[in-house]
Amino acid sequence: MTLKTMQQSTTANVQMEKPVLTAKNVTICYGANQAVKDVSLSIHKNRITSIIGPSGCGKSTLLRAFNRMNDFIPNASMMGNIYFGDVDIYSKDIDPVDIRRSIGMVFQKPNPFPKTIYENISWGPSINGIKTDLNELVEKSLEKAALWEEIKEERLYTSALNLSGGQQQRLCIARALAMEPEIILMDEPCSALDPVSTAKIEDLMFELKKRYTIVIVTHNMQQASRISDYTAFMENGTLVEFDNTVKVFTRPKNKRTEDYVTGRFG
Amino acid sequence: MTARLFKIFCAAVTTLGVIVLVIVLFHIFREGLRWVDVQFLESFPSRFPEKAGIKSALWGTIWLISLTALFSIPIGVGAAIYLEEYAQKGAVNSFIDINISNLAGVPSIVYGILGLTMFVRFCGFDRSVLSGSLTMSLLILPVIIIASREAIRAVPGSIRHAAYALGATKWQTVKSHVIPAAMPGILTGIILAFSRALGETAPLVMIGALAYVAFVPEGPMDSFTALPIQIFNWASRPQEEFHQLAAGAIIVLLAVLFAMNSLAVYIRESAERKHK
Amino acid sequence: MEMPLERVKTSSSSPSVWFTAPRRRLRENAIRFILFLCAMISVVTTISIIFVLVKETSIFFTHVNVSEFLFGVRWAPLLEPRSFGVLPLVSGTFLIVFGSAVIALPAGLATAIYLSEYASERTRSAVKPVLETLAGIPTVVYGYIALTFITPMLSSVIPHLKVFNAASASIVVGIMILPMIASLCDNAMRAVPDSLRHGGYALGATHFEVTAKIIVPAALSGIMASFVLALSRAIGETMIVTLAAGATPNLTLSFMESIQTMTAYIVQVSLGDTPAGGVEYQTIFAVASLLFLITFCMNVAANRILRKFQEMYD
Repeated sequence: MTLKTMQQSTTANVQMEKPVLTAKNVTICYGANQAVKDVSLSIHKNRITSIIGPSGCGKSTLLRAFNRMNDFIPNASMMGNIYFGDVDIYSKDIDPVDIRRSIGMVFQKPNPFPKTIYENISWGPSINGIKTDLNELVEKSLEKAALWEEIKEERLYTSALNLSGGQQQRLCIARALAMEPEIILMDEPCSALDPVSTAKIEDLMFELKKRYTIVIVTHNMQQASRISDYTAFMENGTLVEFDNTVKVFTRPKNKRTEDYVTGRFG
Repeated sequence: MTARLFKIFCAAVTTLGVIVLVIVLFHIFREGLRWVDVQFLESFPSRFPEKAGIKSALWGTIWLISLTALFSIPIGVGAAIYLEEYAQKGAVNSFIDINISNLAGVPSIVYGILGLTMFVRFCGFDRSVLSGSLTMSLLILPVIIIASREAIRAVPGSIRHAAYALGATKWQTVKSHVIPAAMPGILTGIILAFSRALGETAPLVMIGALAYVAFVPEGPMDSFTALPIQIFNWASRPQEEFHQLAAGAIIVLLAVLFAMNSLAVYIRESAERKHK
Repeated sequence: MEMPLERVKTSSSSPSVWFTAPRRRLRENAIRFILFLCAMISVVTTISIIFVLVKETSIFFTHVNVSEFLFGVRWAPLLEPRSFGVLPLVSGTFLIVFGSAVIALPAGLATAIYLSEYASERTRSAVKPVLETLAGIPTVVYGYIALTFITPMLSSVIPHLKVFNAASASIVVGIMILPMIASLCDNAMRAVPDSLRHGGYALGATHFEVTAKIIVPAALSGIMASFVLALSRAIGETMIVTLAAGATPNLTLSFMESIQTMTAYIVQVSLGDTPAGGVEYQTIFAVASLLFLITFCMNVAANRILRKFQEMYD
């Protein structure tokens, strides 16, 4: 995809889209340390939003807040609100388990279960009582993750740990897809992979965005500019700039953004 | 010069340790091997050494271990799961921590006294296999809990996070992923605990496992004897033949222990191979 | 098997959120409660032990003076004239512990030093299973060895040795706790970071100097803790002393004589026909309370030392 075609596709329908995920004045602390400071942004449906910034700027923390994975960090606390549609996901009557069934996550280091490929993908749906034919669901998920061709029927019941790093990560994507989430959160999904696998996954994301909404944290700016529709730049816990990717990379409003994307620091 | 002497001293001491084991085993086998035959395994104890056997002791031990497994394994593993996966890291949790490691160091005879008072007298179970196995369970519970906790702790957090991110509840995650991954370590811990249980004598003496038992238990409320008790009883007698009978019974006991330990090593190694 | 989901739309324009039946939350809470009860059993056990011991011991002390118990030098609760001074039992216990310490502490430490600092990987993998086997031998088997092997061997060297004596039991208790000391000290020394070793070598120290002057001092609290734990184990040891050390309460420093330890006394009374409720019966609890107190304090001390040691290298 050239820069030009990207421009053409995104300029048309920018302003009037309904956000699926909205963060309002979100502040997240680990004990006394503020990792995310008063961040507000919206994630739009069927788009790829990337969050970029130097190490330690809070981007992963913010991402984890979207599916309440920060709940597992003992001294993490949050102020502000995050809305999934109209639902405040941190309200008292929401069970985070329900949120995570609609908002999936792919982690930085591929973490397949030490089970067969089939079991990896079928486990999520089976414990959630999804009634559809599991065999079909597994095959479709592997197809959507562009892994079916490499796996086929014969390797379905072999251990997932025998796959290469790039294949394992696509397996993790397939596993998340099997839950039919609305949104997929990706935390630096390619940072542990080689360039070939990275390219495969980036291509995959273009396909996926037709049906899903993707939020990706990445420290690879080229990746962000290649694949995302919107880019959020964070530094030191604050949201410095959030706009169309094209604008952020070619005509950034903030000097710090410009310094970062031109490689002057970070 | 001192350096060389020191090294030789340390090596010598270590070798001595190995030699001690060899001598111990050699002595036991020399004394007892000729007594170990099918008749030995099938006879009840008797005043006449030639007729005596370990049938009641063997079956008593089997009953004891089976019932102990029934109680101690679910409770021990359950406690370990709670402490590692559910409990808040705080004062209560560290209190339970300290409590368990203290219990691990309490002399086994004190457990015997507890069993005598609690199960034999207070609950009225009398000198039964039930009392014995409940007492034994309390004794080995700390071992199972400590080993299981280590095994559970060793399961990488990334597996749990992957499961939670798919919308799983805590129990679903623990049941489908944490326990299976920790299973080799848990099993090794259980086998270790039962190796200990097999050889424990003092608590059984306290709750009244008799030595002169000429029957096999038929239910949990029956009285019983066990291999270690029989060994103790024969070794306490002055006659030489009974000492040799004791050696024979020891050989049987050591054989069972050896089998259990080999099983533990096998489990440990096949688990390591799987994760290579 | 799982609860079916109802996909509920919160509003026409917002994405749907899956809501599951409240039955799931009930089940999760029930499971959590059951597991909590399992963990609480250990607390209940400790409370029960303390309760049982305290209850009977306090009844005992209504019949017998506390200072007579703690400081009396004659222990004869079952024979006339009765006497309830526990010191002979305590001295018996500590005689055994001292004897076993003399053997096991230096030998265990030396073995650990050899295994962790000098031995090749092959030697280590050959010796470690031997130590584990020694550690796994039931104490009644050790008691048998003490009685039928060590005692005859000793009496051929020492003419006046009694059949039941403290020496055989001490030696065998020492053998029993040696693997424990060796493996704990080995762990402690291996926990010392290599950077310390390399620092020593870089300064021109020999292997011996690094071991003796850097490693052992650095691992000292781990080593101390292992000693305390092993001695606590020796104090609580029952079967070896019952079989080999004798049943004569005897306030003595001689290893050649027959003695009785606290644990052996408790066994002796249980094997006899003492009726429940009498003072003789209560002596079990009084002696057991003392035993529990001593081992408890030692274990707490050892754990405290160990915790401080672990903090150093975390």
